[in-house]
Amino acid sequence: MMSVPTMNFALAAPEIFLLVMTCVIMMVDLFSAAENRAGRLFFLTIFTLVLVAVSLYYPLAPARYAFNNMFVVDGMAVILKTAIALAVAMVIIYSRAYLAARNMFTGEFILLILFATLGMMVMVSANHFVALYLGLELLALASYAMVALNRDSVTSSEAAMKYFVLGSMASGLLLYGLSMIYGATGSLDVATVARVIEASRANDPLITFGLVFVVAGLAFKIGAVPFHMWMPDVYQGAPTAMTLFIGSAPKIAAFGFIMRILADSMGAAVGDWQSMLVILSVLSLALGNIVAIAQTNLKRMLAYSAISHMGFMLLGILAGTKNGYSAGMFYVISYALMTLASFGMIMLLSRAGFEADNLDDFKGLNQRSPWYAFLMLIVMFSMAGIPPFLGFWAKLTVLEGVLNAGYTWLVVFAVLMSVIGAFYYLRIVKLMYFDAPIDTSPIVAGADFRGLLSINALALLVLGLFPGILMTACLNAIQRSL
Amino acid sequence: MQSSSITLSLTIWVPILAGVLTLFLNGDHQKNAARWLALIGSIAGLLVAIPLWTSFDNATAAMQFVERTAWVSRFNIHYALGVDGISMLFVLLNSFTTVLVVIAAWESIQEKVSQYLAAFLIMSGLVNGVFAATDAILFYLFFEAMLIPMFLIIGVWGGPRRVYAAVKFFLYTLLGSLLMLAALIYLYNVTNGSFDIQDFHRVPLGLTAQTVLFFAFFASFSVKVPMWPVHTWLPDAHVEAPTGGSVVLAAITLKIGAYGFLRFNLPIAPDASHALAGFMITLSLIAVVYIGFVALAQTDMKKLVAYSSISHMGFVTLGFFIFNTQGVEGGLVQMVSHGFVSAAMFLCIGVLYDRVHSREISAYGGVVNTMPKFAFFAVFFGMANAGLPATSGFVGEFMVILGAIKVNFWYAFAAAITLILGAAYTLWMVKRVIFGEIANDHVRKLTDINGREMLFLGVLAVAVLVMGIYPMPFTEVMHSSVDALLKHVATGKLN
Repeated sequence: MMSVPTMNFALAAPEIFLLVMTCVIMMVDLFSAAENRAGRLFFLTIFTLVLVAVSLYYPLAPARYAFNNMFVVDGMAVILKTAIALAVAMVIIYSRAYLAARNMFTGEFILLILFATLGMMVMVSANHFVALYLGLELLALASYAMVALNRDSVTSSEAAMKYFVLGSMASGLLLYGLSMIYGATGSLDVATVARVIEASRANDPLITFGLVFVVAGLAFKIGAVPFHMWMPDVYQGAPTAMTLFIGSAPKIAAFGFIMRILADSMGAAVGDWQSMLVILSVLSLALGNIVAIAQTNLKRMLAYSAISHMGFMLLGILAGTKNGYSAGMFYVISYALMTLASFGMIMLLSRAGFEADNLDDFKGLNQRSPWYAFLMLIVMFSMAGIPPFLGFWAKLTVLEGVLNAGYTWLVVFAVLMSVIGAFYYLRIVKLMYFDAPIDTSPIVAGADFRGLLSINALALLVLGLFPGILMTACLNAIQRSL
Repeated sequence: MQSSSITLSLTIWVPILAGVLTLFLNGDHQKNAARWLALIGSIAGLLVAIPLWTSFDNATAAMQFVERTAWVSRFNIHYALGVDGISMLFVLLNSFTTVLVVIAAWESIQEKVSQYLAAFLIMSGLVNGVFAATDAILFYLFFEAMLIPMFLIIGVWGGPRRVYAAVKFFLYTLLGSLLMLAALIYLYNVTNGSFDIQDFHRVPLGLTAQTVLFFAFFASFSVKVPMWPVHTWLPDAHVEAPTGGSVVLAAITLKIGAYGFLRFNLPIAPDASHALAGFMITLSLIAVVYIGFVALAQTDMKKLVAYSSISHMGFVTLGFFIFNTQGVEGGLVQMVSHGFVSAAMFLCIGVLYDRVHSREISAYGGVVNTMPKFAFFAVFFGMANAGLPATSGFVGEFMVILGAIKVNFWYAFAAAITLILGAAYTLWMVKRVIFGEIANDHVRKLTDINGREMLFLGVLAVAVLVMGIYPMPFTEVMHSSVDALLKHVATGKLN
């Protein structure tokens, strides 16, 4: 890797294409007549994202570098970026009708989401602390604006404000930590930092100190306890389409980001950050699952559920082994798929001027539509980790990784928390199947929406029956990346 | 070893497929179509299971009808199926019970018919999977997935407190099974990456590890059996479940817990099993005696039979943990017999409930005057539940007591007390419900059982009698497997 100081633009072709297309879409938005603007934007965006996802797909090769080692394309980056592009495409399909009914399906939304996507792709491919930070901020700034997009809504503005202030603070913490690591190692390049830390055997207190800030910043970004306070408010306050976005693709990017910083560059200091992650994940699992029980708002409940799922993902990372990393990766992709389906379901039940984000809105869904109730049942049981759904395999791989790393007590703890978690997922199933409906209006949705939702939920079942492909892909990706 | 037989796969997937198809007949005008499809599906499920009985080789303890295909290579998980003398009977029992449940639901279920029947068919396939899986993760998968249809059955078609019962049932069993999952992953690491249950049986383990594993599996299976003191979900679930749900719970799912003890606890942790035998026997005897008294005090018929089930299952675990042939085989026979008898008892209660909509004993009296045919069956199954000789209920209990007396006289003595208790609570209930003067107008207006009800009660009565009079064929199939198991347990893993 020392011998490729070239620019190697071709490796970043998907990102460059995305950026170009974003600009094209901006122009299209500007010069289209109002009546066909939304349609053109929609198809162009989906086309772009799918093309990006497809263009990423090439056989896993050893890591290749571009832009003077600032940018890396390895197995992990390819898989994560594909997942991100597809997840964003799904977000846009799910949100179209919802946003159109609220006059928010505009060029601004598309541009912000595409820039955020670009940021995420940079995050998972960055091989340099500055590049990493660049990607992160591109994502973060776009997300703040997206949450605030519905500017007449008080709750949205409040959520955006909280998100912005706390997010900026997290960025500050992260930068502060990274600057200390720079001070200790004299480099911002991931590979160089890794070499220096390995040589120093991680004894430098400055590195440990910097690591505390870095981990705190990362924890803020993914919403791990005790840095989770923004999550419920933002999830609830943001328009559901934005919550759907924040809850899905950025989690995948965050995983890649954490991997680049903790595993790639500071893998030798695993002993230091492992114990921090143990605390974060234990607290996240406990608080996320327990507090979720008390929620009556579904979006808020899913926020707490997200906190607990992030705790589970951290479990995989903290194992500090390839098995653990690949488990975390498998987990986060599975989780994104489940989140997409669950928020898709909320948007399905929402209508113009009405948000179906209370638990009671799901009452008697089985009587209104057995098919959607069945789909939601799959999603909920998958989130709870009940086989044969995908969520089970995600949990299994993580638990195996953690047990292999010798943390038996953590496995037992995670298992106990899963039972608590099962309770509130079960409650949704209970509401759908056991209770009588309050709202009996028919459920209407476009064919693309219905088709995607069905495919999305059924994918949880099918991938649950044949989990091998995705699981092996994650393992291979990690093995070739590190 | 390549797959050479698809019998077991058929017993799993035929009912599931039939269930999924039934799900599509969900219109109001399609109720009868759904019923017929479910009936055909369940009968097909029974027919494909019959080769298990006819081509079974009694002489070997090895797995038969083996199927094995790689499934999840990342964890070396196989789609591996096979049955031995211990599990084969339960696949048959389950397939058989499913047919009865479908017939029993014919008129009594009028709401969401297709979903109800589909849930039972899917459940049936999953349960067959539990008994047939020889890969631990595959076992776990079926074991957990089974909770979903049962949760819906109790919650959607159950009685007034059905939601509470369904959630309690689900969380109780989930807690146990997740601890088992942790144990399975631990064993996967110990065996250097295998989820084959046979490898688990062979891997050497120290006593501490065995004890921890024993309790992890115990957490899972004791809830399912259920053993005292984790039995409290059962009366709730039974009472609130619709008739079919109670039948399947009692006849089938309880057996899975006991089966788990034989398949996991004993062979994987043989030395811990020996060390903890006293503990297990104590819990079993408490279930047998104490729960017997509790049953005596019940005023709700379903609750009474539910407690009686716990008490009878205490016999089963008692038999397993005295480690001799009579004990284990007696336990297995008791399991099959209880499958027939408890199913019949719940179906009898269902017959009454469909007509009067009450499960209270006090709501009845003198039923024999208006329903003589029904009374015949009710008394007969009551006798079988009490363990009358020449019914299947007697055989298992007798064998267990015989086995127990070899180990310790007092075990046998305590167990034998229940024969009296069982007779007391069952016959007292029968007396209050069936005999005496006609108690009220409801009873006066009762109509006797129709052909359909006669059919399922009659079939069960024949099964109970055959097994009671000539139990040989049932014990013959399990000899080799039980002997091999006991030899393995006696050898232990500490050398």
